[in-house]
Amino acid sequence: MRPGGSATPPLSGCLDTVDRAESTPEVAQPYAELGLKPDEYARICEILGRRPTSSELAMYSVMWSEHCSYKSSKVHLRQFGDKQPEGGWPQLLVGIGENAGVVDVGDGWAVTFKVESHNHPSYVEPYQGAATGIGGIVRDILSMGARPLAVMDPLRFGPADAPDTRRVLPGVVAGIGGYGNCLGLPNIGGEIVFDATYAGNPLVNALCIGAMRHEDIHLASAKGVGNLVVLYGARTGGDGIGGVSVLASETFDADGPAKRPSVQVGDPFMEKLLIECTLDVLHAGLVEGIQDLGGAGISCATSELASNGEGGMHVHLDRVLLRDPTLSPEEILMSESQERMCAVVTPDHIDAFMDICRMWEVEAVVIGEVTDSGRLTIDWHGDRIVDVPPRTVAHEGPVYDRPMHRPRDLDALAADDANALARPHTAEDIRATLLRMVASPNLASKSWVTSQYDRYVLGNTVLAQPEDAGMVRIDEESGLGVAVSTDCNARFVRLDPYEGAKLALAESYRNVAVTGARPLAVTNCLNFGSPEDPEVMWTFAEVVRGLADGCLELGIPVTGGNVSFYNSTADTAILPTPVVGVLGVIDDVERRSPMAWGPDGEIIYLLGDTREDFAGSEWAHVMHGHLGGVPPRADLARERLLADIAIAGSRDGMLTAAHDVADGGVAQAIVEMALRSGVGARVWAPDQVTDMATFLWSESPGRAVVVVPRSEEMRFTAMCAARGLPAHRIGAVDSGLGADTGYADQQVLQMGDVVVTLAQIREAHDATFPALFGA
Amino acid sequence: MKIGVVTFPGSLDDRDAARAVGLAGGDAVSLWHGDDDLKGVDAVVLPGGFSYGDYLRCGAIARFAPVMRTIVERAGQGLPVLGICNGFQILCEAHLLPGALTRNDHLHFVCRDQRLRMERVDTDWTNSFAVGEEIVIPLKNGEGGYVADDATLDRLEGDGLVVARYLDVNPNGSRRDIAGISNPSGTIVGLMPHPEHAVESLTGPSTDGLGFFSSTIRSLVGIGS
Repeated sequence: MRPGGSATPPLSGCLDTVDRAESTPEVAQPYAELGLKPDEYARICEILGRRPTSSELAMYSVMWSEHCSYKSSKVHLRQFGDKQPEGGWPQLLVGIGENAGVVDVGDGWAVTFKVESHNHPSYVEPYQGAATGIGGIVRDILSMGARPLAVMDPLRFGPADAPDTRRVLPGVVAGIGGYGNCLGLPNIGGEIVFDATYAGNPLVNALCIGAMRHEDIHLASAKGVGNLVVLYGARTGGDGIGGVSVLASETFDADGPAKRPSVQVGDPFMEKLLIECTLDVLHAGLVEGIQDLGGAGISCATSELASNGEGGMHVHLDRVLLRDPTLSPEEILMSESQERMCAVVTPDHIDAFMDICRMWEVEAVVIGEVTDSGRLTIDWHGDRIVDVPPRTVAHEGPVYDRPMHRPRDLDALAADDANALARPHTAEDIRATLLRMVASPNLASKSWVTSQYDRYVLGNTVLAQPEDAGMVRIDEESGLGVAVSTDCNARFVRLDPYEGAKLALAESYRNVAVTGARPLAVTNCLNFGSPEDPEVMWTFAEVVRGLADGCLELGIPVTGGNVSFYNSTADTAILPTPVVGVLGVIDDVERRSPMAWGPDGEIIYLLGDTREDFAGSEWAHVMHGHLGGVPPRADLARERLLADIAIAGSRDGMLTAAHDVADGGVAQAIVEMALRSGVGARVWAPDQVTDMATFLWSESPGRAVVVVPRSEEMRFTAMCAARGLPAHRIGAVDSGLGADTGYADQQVLQMGDVVVTLAQIREAHDATFPALFGA
Repeated sequence: MKIGVVTFPGSLDDRDAARAVGLAGGDAVSLWHGDDDLKGVDAVVLPGGFSYGDYLRCGAIARFAPVMRTIVERAGQGLPVLGICNGFQILCEAHLLPGALTRNDHLHFVCRDQRLRMERVDTDWTNSFAVGEEIVIPLKNGEGGYVADDATLDRLEGDGLVVARYLDVNPNGSRRDIAGISNPSGTIVGLMPHPEHAVESLTGPSTDGLGFFSSTIRSLVGIGS
């Protein structure tokens, strides 16, 4: 324990103490520059019975920012808690409100997972923005007491060939890799989607999964009067000051000042030490409460810990170890320096706690203690600079029920029917469409990106990209594992926010189920434009309603997540993008279904119904640049049935492979399965579907392609018939097809009358990213 | 057979190396960087990761760790040592093996299932393989380009000290496609790809990596070289 900071307070001449605030009510304060509205400032004065000190103002401004307070979204997000089955969710151990929700996966194991946004920092400084996005979400998982197991990144960028995308994407990918690889967490999946609306507003979301024994669950609360508050990890610096209030809660203004100083800088090596050190102090039973430092730094950690605990805490801010001794107390309170944690420790345990920190070469200092004063008080070299009721900072911020209006163009969009677009009919046109589709940026191989991520570290990765879901083993003895997928077709959401949100949920649910895992819980990252735009707000409300209804129907709770507003440049808002992550559990990962099919002769089945569903499809986007029409309805009862069949089929050895049908339709699903296995196949349309383009590229939900060994065919089709799930025999795996079709010695895919070699498809599929972003 | 696995601050694949030792039939013993006691182990694995954050230069700080003093001393007396990825970098920094590992020529981190050809199979770590045997194990590195001057490379090749070479593609710009090398007596091996990630068909591209760990157990009981 060394004293930090400088020996003499740098701003002693003008230190704004509580006494000074009381005696100088007339001082004008820069609340607007800190992102507070006049009425919000007035409310702070009313709470305190005086004007806030500059330190208090700093704390309220970051904690009442949109990013930290959810002030525009709170009234809607309540539905995630309100819409639940009678008696509550049986699988939920810790619900929304903590750093991350926790679900029971059986055998005494608990799993926590969460997705968050780091959109704005990643646009300003792609490498550090994306890197610290990983760092932040990993600390959220760690602070629940879990060992982080894996990460994944749902990403959205502007047009693939836009110059700015070439700046942002390689930097984001390098940042995710640079941080995650060095941290030693496998990156097992995610998404990369391009759309013009993300130009200038890329979405960089980060998801982390962690596991722990039930008894190891920890919460963020400062309990026990007299217990010590320890700040440990990296020193506090001047980076990231005002990150949440400046970056994440305002629209970018082309003429505004450079925002770079608001982006944090990450040190994954320190984070790795912090993980091991934290798990050691938790397992040694030395911690009463724990909180990570992310957005809003010390302001957030101290006020949330106090608010969740006894309600009182006293902090000596001058004890904080600093990277830059000239920092003012306001800056220390607002700094978002990375790789820091805050723990509440009893005086009996403090020496043992410090010993473990020393072993990991992690600096730690006692900055305060838990009190029963009901106040959060902070001193700076003996002068009182903060004296506030912590709940008013952490939990009782402003709440807005913002005006909402249905987007005026929705009816016109719906009337612009995508099913009327010209479709290919001849074999030649279908072949050309196939090759163009598999090479289009959203459907092309993402291995240029994912080969920059370590998917092997920790040795428990069972499935990773490009599989439907990432799957990791959590118990080497029993084979218990979890699978996670993130998904969102934002075009569906744009056309119909309520159904689109359900469709995103359904797709993620399906992706988990086809691997053989039983979906259990949901996390979401709701990326939207400005909440001050009534049309954005209406869309947001519809999305939340759709997700909450959908979760209830599917029987899986939302355990946590994140809202990112202000994703707009000038007048252009992004496509509404509620990224939905679904977590599933599988009793034995050996029973998983991968997407690669096996040997010759296996039979390919399409499960579900295919309709003319081109609205919002990748085909309409790529071939016609079209966005319009009425997207398909989400039939969640059907999704549950499909999941049951896929899970039973995997578990009982009836399936050798399974793959979700979504973006790019059946054609894309078949292509991905063939490329993954390297073996050709003959595929035909089921009787139900007469139009080949509909069979190949329609995006009707509730479908999956599964591959069944001949010996299991009777059993599998009987199960589908008994349960009422349509199962169409659409093909057979055939490694000898080349000889029959004029391509001797080559692996060939035949779809109806169209014949194409796997080599030709692979060349088209693989070339896109290297051509755009360099070899 | 007790095989030590060292954990430095920033080691990442230490648990994986210990798992591989166990699956190969050995007993893995954790060794701590700050402790110069090797706890009576019969061989040592320096695992992959980013020891000390790769700050200064990969492996440059780790070579000064107390545990390394003992390892260098014991390696000189014939203790078998395998350095994987960051461990290979540490062995080069400690001058137990010649040459150095530099930034990949394409400047990206790369993670791929890599085909290798085994060339020297009389070392303590490769005696389960056959000369010319082709194996597939994961490769993941940002600074895996093996470099040395031509005289050193000629000597490595002339003396048959190259343990494995990359096939299909050279993933990081290594001179002469070198993926791993050994000391003349074959007790010390440095390998850039990761055999510990190819020990279970469930989680790896193959189980080809097991051979490295079973080799040392064979030689320790007197079956191998």
